[in-house]
Amino acid sequence: MSIEARVKAIVVEQLGVDESEVTNASSFIDDLGADSLDTVELVMALEEEFGTEIPDEEAEKITTVQAAIDYINAHQASA
Amino acid sequence: MSGLFSLHGELALVTGASRGIGRAIAEMLGQQGATVIGTATSEQGAAAITEYLTAAGIQGQGKVLDVASHESIDALLAALTKEYGGISILVNNAGITRDNLLMRMKDEEWESIINTNLTSIFRMSKACIRSMMKAKKGRIISISSVVGASGNPGQTNYAAAKAGLVGFSKSLAREVGSRNITVNVVAPGFIDTDMTRELSEDQRAAIFQNIPLARLGQAQEIAAAVVYLASPLGAYVTGETIHVNGGMYMA
Repeated sequence: MSIEARVKAIVVEQLGVDESEVTNASSFIDDLGADSLDTVELVMALEEEFGTEIPDEEAEKITTVQAAIDYINAHQASA
Repeated sequence: MSGLFSLHGELALVTGASRGIGRAIAEMLGQQGATVIGTATSEQGAAAITEYLTAAGIQGQGKVLDVASHESIDALLAALTKEYGGISILVNNAGITRDNLLMRMKDEEWESIINTNLTSIFRMSKACIRSMMKAKKGRIISISSVVGASGNPGQTNYAAAKAGLVGFSKSLAREVGSRNITVNVVAPGFIDTDMTRELSEDQRAAIFQNIPLARLGQAQEIAAAVVYLASPLGAYVTGETIHVNGGMYMA
């Protein structure tokens, strides 16, 4: 599975949204109904899935599906 | 009754557990079936905790922890996660006093109290909450003091820290309530511990005049409030402070 597909699968699971709603441009809070705590949990789930640790100051910038994909692409060795 | 308060399968971390209130809390949580990690600042204290837990047939052990040190907390939590998994009950009990009148209080006396009694609660909670979020379950219980609500001359630093953790707990309770994590405070009054045993008869008599129940509290009477909040019976209580002080201060 591609990084994009894995990220989207996590977003679907964590936020309890329908797959069809999740586009690359989707903002977790504005488009997918997440609250700030949901976004913290989402980052925790990404860390687990990709075996990486995302520093707080980076985590704050991950507000959209594309931002998550970009972060993982840039920092994931074993993708 | 023990069924209603059952803590089987829970992993409790109690700071400052070598004696007094912390020890009573560790023992009572263990008696309800929790695995208990009790912390002390010295190896000797940690060994004493392991000893009394083992003697009582309680799963768990004593560990060395300096709650004023970020590194010490991170190291302990990493070791515990590896050995036991995530903490499900955190009891912030460790605390110190450095009494002085404000006009004589040194910066160091203020800072050490705020660091050990208040900042530690921020650090410990942050270190434990990740696994609680994942588990969608958790209990954070901090030990305050009647002094945080009533005030006490000579304890501006201590009272500020003990009142501060109440505001901290209410805010955190609002943050993580949706994840089934409760955050509460227990505020003891005058409890029969090493500290209060040093008081003279006259001092005691003066204190008892202000306590409707006219006696010191027992450490177990604080532990009982902690066990209630930690147990399934306390599941709907959050952001609350339970005063256990014989009526000395009525909030």
